Parts: sequence; C-alpha cells; structure tokens
Amino acid sequence: MIEEKSIIKVGMADLNVTSNPNSIRTTGLGSCVGLTLYDPHLKLAGMAHVMLPSSDIAREGQLNIAKYADTALPELFERMLKLGAERRRLIAKMAGGAQMFAFAGSGDTMRIGPRNVESCKEMLVDLGIPLIAEDTGGNYGRTIELDCETGVLNIRSVQKGVKEL
Amino acid sequence: MENLRNLEDFKLDVLKEVGNIGSGNAATALSRLLNKPIDMGVPKVQMLPFEEIADKVGGDEQLVVAVFFRVEGEAPGNLFFILQPQAAKSLLSRLANIPSDDEDSFNEMEHSALSEIGNILAGSYLSSLADFTRLSMYPTVPALALDMAGAILSYGLLQFGQMGDAALLIDTSFLEGQNQIEGQFFLIPDPESFGKIFRSLGVPMNDD
Repeated sequence: MIEEKSIIKVGMADLNVTSNPNSIRTTGLGSCVGLTLYDPHLKLAGMAHVMLPSSDIAREGQLNIAKYADTALPELFERMLKLGAERRRLIAKMAGGAQMFAFAGSGDTMRIGPRNVESCKEMLVDLGIPLIAEDTGGNYGRTIELDCETGVLNIRSVQKGVKEL
Repeated sequence: MENLRNLEDFKLDVLKEVGNIGSGNAATALSRLLNKPIDMGVPKVQMLPFEEIADKVGGDEQLVVAVFFRVEGEAPGNLFFILQPQAAKSLLSRLANIPSDDEDSFNEMEHSALSEIGNILAGSYLSSLADFTRLSMYPTVPALALDMAGAILSYGLLQFGQMGDAALLIDTSFLEGQNQIEGQFFLIPDPESFGKIFRSLGVPMNDD
C-alpha cells in the first residue's frame, strides 16, 4: 500500500504533531515564531505557531496555550513524548520573529518578534532540547514546512526566496 | 472579551456607521486625487477569528502592499490600507505619474509615494472619525510593507492576542469602475477603545 503524503496545517496560535510521510506547515509568519521539534529516529515532527512571548500578559478567560511561547513549547513537547519521542533525540528549528514595520509605534509591541524568539530559546533550554538551526529576525514574512521524512525545514519568503534548514 | 463577543447588533451598527463615515471621507479624498468617481463598499464590521482575517485580502500568503498606521489618541488601534500589488502600481502611475511594469518590487520613490497616498487617506479617515466621536485620533507616520498578508495583518492583532483568538475588524473596500478592488481599509480598534467609542456616541455600556 502506498501511503498518501499529506500536509498538516498549523494556524496562527495553534500547534500540531505528525509523522512520516506527512509534512507540517504554517503560513504567513510575521512577528510570530514557527517552532518545530523533530525526532529523527521516529520521523516525528511537531510545530507551534507562537504569537506572544509569555502567558503572564494573558487576559483571556480560557487560555489558549498554543499562543504563548512559555505554554506552547511544553505542550508540544508533551505531545511529542506521548507519540513515543525521546527527549535526548529531539532537535528544534525555528523561523519567524520578524519586525514587520521598522518604526511602528511604541516600545513593547514593536519588539514582539525578537521577544518571541528569545522566549522560545529560553523554553528550549529549560526543556533541554538543542536548537540546531534558525532563520529569525529581519523585516519580512515567512512560510515554513517541515518534512518528516528528511527533517528539513523549508522556508519561503517574498523577499528572500526559498531557504532550507 | 466576553462583552466583545456579546456585542449586540445595535453596537455593531454603530461601529459600522463609524466605519462608514471614516471611509466615506477617505473615498472622497481618493476620488479627488484620481479625479474620477470612487465607489465604496458598505463597511463590514465583524468579530473574526485570527485565521480568517487574512482571507479578506486573499489568504495568508497573498502578496499585498500594506500601509500601516498605529492610531494614537483617546481611542487607539491599528489601521491598514491594503492594496493588491497591481492596484498599487496603477495608483502610482495615475496619481504620481510613476509608470512601472515590475509588479513584484517597489523602489524608494514608489514607497514614498504610496506612503504619502496612504497618509492622505488615513488622515481623512481618522479625522472624520475624530469629528464624529469627539475623540482624538491621529495616525503615526506610515510604515509600508510588501509581503504576505498573514505576516502583515498578524501585527495588528497583537493587542487582541492577549484576550482571545478573534478581533473586531472594520473592513471597507473601494471600487473603481468595474468591480475592480482598488484598496481596503482595515481598522482594528484596540479592545480598550470600544467602550470609549460607544460612550462618546451615547451608547449605554453595561459596565457604566
């Protein structure tokens, strides 16, 4: 039987996991960060589309844990483990965290991209997962797709074309 | 967020009227600039999930030209003037006499002209809202981006991101001639701004 390859979509403030032969994808990352975890042995991949650095600032009634770096990463990690992934095998890659508008108003909002990146890195250190590649910063949007077969993260942008990590 | 979700139809109508007045003024400014009639769609006021906002301009990955303004003053928010690249090129050639056939890039001169056009339109949009609500609202200097709609618009959602997964959007499109969409205005008032807008218009609020 030939297995159908499908692309699992991850929306904004969303996360998901999938396995070979699928790939996992999120579109239109601006200041958001697309973080991926990969277990090369099981060819298992997880992806989170993180919008904000910390859930401390959350004022929502029911917390969407996929939205904040400090809650999304532990959740993604747990879901990988449930599928059989092992911590010592996991590797992380990430992209996004741009500053879409050079000036754009005041203080904190403007730096949200870099803060998302910093927060994701801190969480990875806490979880003990190495970040082996990243394409972050700049002032442009990105669409990313991780192939479970190869573990390659494909990054597309309007300004910079295609890149593989 | 709860009271945003429960915005009664009446309040949505008030916001629609607010959008109508603002975009009516901007449409007038645009048709003066182009010296030809510009029609305006009836503004849509919707509480939309983040996922669906970029669909209003063709999807997350749709290449768009966006002029972004942070609105400051008593009712802060985010304002985007969004154009498809070919519409931006056509605006440039007709308004600023800058002809170009390369749709995928904009030079410095084109950037500057588009920002200025955006500035004029945003200024007329906001000043009529300010007159109508008697709240001070003024745009910051424009910032321009040519990029994926999802990447651009998500920036306008950050204030909402702390509260939920949907944002209130006042969306108006401009039409010139045969249903060709010339541009769209997106006003995303900060969550805190609604109460101020409603109060200034004499709409009773639950929390008063």
